[in-house]
Amino acid sequence: MNKLPQWADVVLVPLISLLLAALVAAIVLLAIGQSPTAALGIMVKGAFGSANGWGYTLYYTTSFIFTGLSVIVAFHAGLFNIGGEGQAQLGGLGVALVCLALPWPHWTVALLAASLGAAVFGAAWAAIPAYLQAKRGSHIVITTIMFNYIASALIVYMLVDVLRPAGQMDPASARFPAGAKLPALSDMPFISEFFARMNPDGTPKLTKAGLQMYSNVPANVTLFIALAACLVVWLLLWRTRLGYQIRAFGKSEAASKYAGINPVKITMIAMLISGGLAGMMAINNVMGSAERLLQNSAEGAGFIGIAVALMGRNHPLGVLLAALLFGFLYQGGAALGLNTTIPIEMRVVVQGLVILFTGALDQMVRMLLVWVFGFGRKAVA
Amino acid sequence: MDYETLMQIFGSTVRLGTPLLLACLAGLFSERAGIFDIGLEGKMLAAAMAAGSVAAMSGSAWIGLLAGIGASLIFSGLHGLASITFRGNQLISGVALNFLSSGITVLVAQALFGQGGRTPPLDGAARFNPITLPFAESLQDVPLIGPLYYQVISGHSILVYAAVAFVPLTWWVLYRTRFGLRLRAVGENPAAVDTAGVSVVGLRYAALAITGVLCGIAGAYMATALQAGFGREMTAGRGYIALAALIFAKWRPWQALGATMLFGFFQALALRPDVVESIARFKVPVSMLDALPYILTVLVLAGFVGKAIPPRAGGEPYVKER
Repeated sequence: MNKLPQWADVVLVPLISLLLAALVAAIVLLAIGQSPTAALGIMVKGAFGSANGWGYTLYYTTSFIFTGLSVIVAFHAGLFNIGGEGQAQLGGLGVALVCLALPWPHWTVALLAASLGAAVFGAAWAAIPAYLQAKRGSHIVITTIMFNYIASALIVYMLVDVLRPAGQMDPASARFPAGAKLPALSDMPFISEFFARMNPDGTPKLTKAGLQMYSNVPANVTLFIALAACLVVWLLLWRTRLGYQIRAFGKSEAASKYAGINPVKITMIAMLISGGLAGMMAINNVMGSAERLLQNSAEGAGFIGIAVALMGRNHPLGVLLAALLFGFLYQGGAALGLNTTIPIEMRVVVQGLVILFTGALDQMVRMLLVWVFGFGRKAVA
Repeated sequence: MDYETLMQIFGSTVRLGTPLLLACLAGLFSERAGIFDIGLEGKMLAAAMAAGSVAAMSGSAWIGLLAGIGASLIFSGLHGLASITFRGNQLISGVALNFLSSGITVLVAQALFGQGGRTPPLDGAARFNPITLPFAESLQDVPLIGPLYYQVISGHSILVYAAVAFVPLTWWVLYRTRFGLRLRAVGENPAAVDTAGVSVVGLRYAALAITGVLCGIAGAYMATALQAGFGREMTAGRGYIALAALIFAKWRPWQALGATMLFGFFQALALRPDVVESIARFKVPVSMLDALPYILTVLVLAGFVGKAIPPRAGGEPYVKER
């Protein structure tokens, strides 16, 4: 088979896949009688057109970085973890239990403890499917799917029967104490300038006291933890002995076994890290934005992680870029749902198309590139 | 719990087990041919939407059924394109098609009817209505057999009886026909089938087509028989439960009937928390009952109920030239 040069494989294949997904999405929009260009315009304006839009885009990006990293760590070990959604929900439970346990003195202490709680709960939820895969050979794809359903039932039970304060109607935990409130990007020095509210004439909006006004955005300090996580995952996978073992195991189980790598250990560790990363998403949404645990807190971000990982070509840098892209799609899709008659489910369609083209039809895209650009012919000759 | 209640629960077991059975048999054909299909869920959902919409517009459940099968076949074709022709990752293709279906069904239903992604409620000829078998009502008062016949065996739509008939049919096709032998062989050792001069690609597409038809019937049953119309995400993970049942049944048709009816029984129990409480003698949270089929599935997968060995070539794209 013709082989593409590496730069084409890394850059062109995801780009063409994305274009194909966009093309099909446009055809879908035309088929239901909507204008694709108008829709794209509303999405771009909704996601990047205002400080508020940016705030939401970056907020979603933060969540997707965590779930995307979660998927790639498992992928490198040859494991397909579809359970990010359930692991993120359990992470939310961990965050809620930690935040409600103490009257936290300062957000930095609370953040440290809550991150740990989120990671431990997420990892624990991944541990059972991992153990069953490693020891009993149960297919991890099916078990993690089942654990997503069990997780949502468990969260409903916890919210309705355990965590719900007396006298409250809706199934949700109590509000977190003030000491556990994470600073939003709009509360942080320097960065807040990006979220300054502007008058239509371009001058900054001022309060009565003459102070600058800022949009209140959900994007919070967790964004920097997510960026750090990208770096840590890269270091782990390509600069440590454990990362080498994970990648070797994913490439060839038989060869890695021969080299003395313990398959049970690697399966467990890779899935624990994967689950921990998915769980840590909860500090962004549960602690940073909702400030209490709600039903279905992950809102599908666990599944977006699959698309982000595939689009990002299993690399942390790629995950970062793909997470930003999906942050745009999510916030833009919400703008579509608000401002047009296009249902918000359009973003699920795009998500499915991106996974289809980048993950399953990637061979077709490669053949297409070989055919169009004549790549690889010289290599064969 | 009295006998009458038990029979009522068995009756809804059959109703709830039927879509699982159809989807399970669908998965059986595809996985026996060496193609993993996570996308049963998406195919059922697409079929439910197509069947519900077309039945609402045409007023005929049968035309709706055809539309459902058509929609499901399109998704099967896409899965085949990705996993057979372009040798992509079968699991990822299935996941992608599930998302695609989850979104596009709401988009289309919203564009057609503007009712928040639902179809209008169906009635009359737009639904597959329950059939009362002969003498069911007159025999109702006969002890033991009467309620069994009236509640469990009689009073289902024609698709339920068709689904049960598919079980021996599947067995016969798989184990007693040339096509079935080749289908099983292509899931175990495609190279051998290829050497014998039979098209691996052709067989696998044929298997996926059968999968599409069966998922189409399952989806149409959801929207036009079990419920009166399509609603968003109405399949609610049934495709995944069917996959689990398939593993529980070790990829065999008669066992598939048993496994799907067992899972159907759990779903029926989850609808009757009052009965569960009277047996368990304490308050069982409803959410735990909802989780029961999934927990059981994990126990099955964990191999506590026998070891499941999948078809050998499952999930591996076939490469002719090496």
